[in-house]
Amino acid sequence: MKTKQELDRRSFLKASIVAGGALVLGLNIPGVSRAEERFGVTSEPAADFSPNAFIKIAKDGKVTVVVGQSEMGQGVMTSLPMIVADELEVDWANVSFAHGPADKAFFNPAMGMQGTGGSSSVKGFFAPLRKAAAQVREMLISAAAASWNVPADTCIAENGRVIHTATKRSAAYGELLEAAAKITPADKPKLKDPKDFKYIGKAVKRLDSPSKVNGSATFGIDVKVPGMLYAIILRSPVIGGTVKSIDDTAAKAVKGVTHVVSLGYGVGVIADSFVAARKGRSALKVTWEEGPMAAVSSETIMKSFVDAEASKKGLEAKKIGDVAAGRSKAAKVLDAVYYAPFLAHATMEPMNFTADVRSDSAEVWGGVQAQMLVQGTVAKTAGVPVEKVKVNTTMLGGGFGRRFEMDYVIDATLLSKAAGKPVKVVWTREDDMQNDVYRPAVYNKLSAGIDAAGKPVFWHHRLATDAIMARAGKAFGFNLKDDQLDSSSFEGAHELEYKIPNFQCDWIRVDTGIPVGFWRSVGSSHTAFSVECFMDELAALAGKDPLEYRLSLLEENSRHAGVLRLAAEKAGWGKKLPPGSGRGIAVAESFGSYVAQVAEVSVGSDGKVKVDRVVCAADCGQIVNPDTVAAQMEGSVVYGLSAALYGEITIKNGRVVQTNFNNYKPLRMNEMPKVEVHLVTSSAPHGGVGEPGTPPIAPAVVNAIFAATGKRVRSLPIRTDELKKS
Amino acid sequence: MTKISVNKKVFETDSDPSTPMLWVLRDEFGLTGTKFGCGIAQCGSCTIHVDGEARRSCVTPISAVVGKEVTTIEGLSPDSSHPLQKAWIAEDAPQCGYCQSGQIMAAAAMLKKTPKPTDADIDQAMNGIICRCGTYNRVRAAIKLAAMNGGK
Repeated sequence: MKTKQELDRRSFLKASIVAGGALVLGLNIPGVSRAEERFGVTSEPAADFSPNAFIKIAKDGKVTVVVGQSEMGQGVMTSLPMIVADELEVDWANVSFAHGPADKAFFNPAMGMQGTGGSSSVKGFFAPLRKAAAQVREMLISAAAASWNVPADTCIAENGRVIHTATKRSAAYGELLEAAAKITPADKPKLKDPKDFKYIGKAVKRLDSPSKVNGSATFGIDVKVPGMLYAIILRSPVIGGTVKSIDDTAAKAVKGVTHVVSLGYGVGVIADSFVAARKGRSALKVTWEEGPMAAVSSETIMKSFVDAEASKKGLEAKKIGDVAAGRSKAAKVLDAVYYAPFLAHATMEPMNFTADVRSDSAEVWGGVQAQMLVQGTVAKTAGVPVEKVKVNTTMLGGGFGRRFEMDYVIDATLLSKAAGKPVKVVWTREDDMQNDVYRPAVYNKLSAGIDAAGKPVFWHHRLATDAIMARAGKAFGFNLKDDQLDSSSFEGAHELEYKIPNFQCDWIRVDTGIPVGFWRSVGSSHTAFSVECFMDELAALAGKDPLEYRLSLLEENSRHAGVLRLAAEKAGWGKKLPPGSGRGIAVAESFGSYVAQVAEVSVGSDGKVKVDRVVCAADCGQIVNPDTVAAQMEGSVVYGLSAALYGEITIKNGRVVQTNFNNYKPLRMNEMPKVEVHLVTSSAPHGGVGEPGTPPIAPAVVNAIFAATGKRVRSLPIRTDELKKS
Repeated sequence: MTKISVNKKVFETDSDPSTPMLWVLRDEFGLTGTKFGCGIAQCGSCTIHVDGEARRSCVTPISAVVGKEVTTIEGLSPDSSHPLQKAWIAEDAPQCGYCQSGQIMAAAAMLKKTPKPTDADIDQAMNGIICRCGTYNRVRAAIKLAAMNGGK
């Protein structure tokens, strides 16, 4: 057995030495087998041939695709293996996935780091995975051809076998591994003609579904390491507060509590069980240095936005023509203020992480969106060399941008180091809700004017909001300067597809002190709301149909216009709805995908909004798995709808007011609209899939409310009392 | 020492009788399919069956299940063959998957009582289970598919 493994390792090393380019990896890839994963112990999966970082083939023909991206529901553990299976010519039934380690071999070319975000996994890995799989396919073909003494180009690969077409002689991949390992991979392997794709573009079943219906899928919170302790952290109730003094007598008296550790920003209670740690935390007495945020509340934040917008010029994100000149020519002018609140991510799995810090190394487990940032953070925090940090990625119980953060990673690392044992830190829902990095709140001042014919002559959008990159950028070694633009604050507002001769978008940076971060679709999550609602207002000002008005401002063959027309057609735009109901439309591009949505809502006399139906048209360029895309559009609608109807984080005396799902309400089953997704068939470059469905839903619903009631909602979440019939 | 029957197997715990079942299942018995989502019976990720009834294990003390039969997602079927599990895969309902144990357990308890649920029945039984990925419509479709296949 041992001999065999050593032999295989040698074969692997040989292949990897000659592989060249990005595929070279100087070490074997540890994978995780399901049985062992349950106990948090990693091992290497059955692999007799590991020609590159991504692909492992066993003698029985089973193929494991090693994925360095994180699965948070978006289907990456299916879409990336599909790309490999297609180009490698193997049957889907023989394909499985494994989580990759933190390693530069898994750099996401679309992100410049090993990271899962920006809806970029397929975009980044489509070409590299096709190449890697095609190389391996050619190595297997060459091995078979050599053994039969025939030219390689007389053989084909099909269903996990190499076939000599003339003689029908064939060999299973599993029989060819040793010989294939001796073959040098081609620099430019021949890729399949897209018309021959067997899986790409088809609704292939998810590989992770079976483990998610029987409880066997392992999330970070499920990790159990031998000798592990459990920890909870008591954090400052005021954002940015620090520990002043601790009385841990009662906490330490709780049965099972082993350590109480001051972390400066909080106090960790470590115990032999989660329940004991939680009990210990309840008994802990800490006084806090509250710091300057204690003076900050939602009202003071709003005032800071209003004052900043009024007194500061801001940075010009975009300027076309002259908005002042445009204004002077306008027949009608409209000014409006739009406001979008802070939002929590509220992933179903609260933040948690497990670390085992030893004197000169560390191993960590959890759901993360940026493995190499985790590796570096753990190394720095634990004081161990970065190459001695092993990162094990589990399934993520939701990401939405939250698991790009390092706070929960640092928690576990510090506490394991202090305890000298593996420690799993679990945040309660309240910890998670009150210590999030929030979607920034945004104050928008919009002005626009139309000419006598109704055409816009100017558009001026001023956004006052925090800079996400000012804090988050530091993790990537990026320091945002005062005079530097942070497009994550205004993306979607500064480059409009609509033809407007005089246009300006200004960003007024405000530092509210509230930690802000990446939230599904980032800037577009709020700019689509302000831009598409204000566009609706202009259409009304011009006395035009909202769809026709938008189309009149777009190039006829633009992708914006394409999805607008598709959504409108499928929704029956223009058909009559019962009184109290209305239809609204919105379109937005984000992450290279174009999505239009038509919402049908009914508004009761009590002002209660019911979203009855959402028709979604999406142009995501070339699609790998249409069913995954549909699922992501459906999910994005729910995520955006929860926010539009209920989502709001408010601050009182530096404290986050909301605590749990009872006062930060997500959409529930009984409120769910019918959602219909229509995808544009396209061979355009891959757009994103995980996020672009979110931006258009809030404006589509708000515009539908206007159609139903004649009332404009300019501040989210939508407030029932303002829509009540008086 | 308290004896508790879970998935037709007797487990023992010396935890305080007030300890929520959720943490005993997860941290003591190694049954991690039941998830922690909110701790206050708001999200339903921790749904289990106690004598066939859907219960929130995050607020169910172990004292409340003594002498009763507890079923978790791991015990719903020996081999993922419950009609709901098959329907869930057929519809590719899960995304991140974290809430899905709770979704399936809530649906299974409903189907036992209401084998042919209407949309209103589904709303009633399922609106306590939050899914942030937004899989609700596929969950609904999967329940209907399972019901059609005579799922219990």
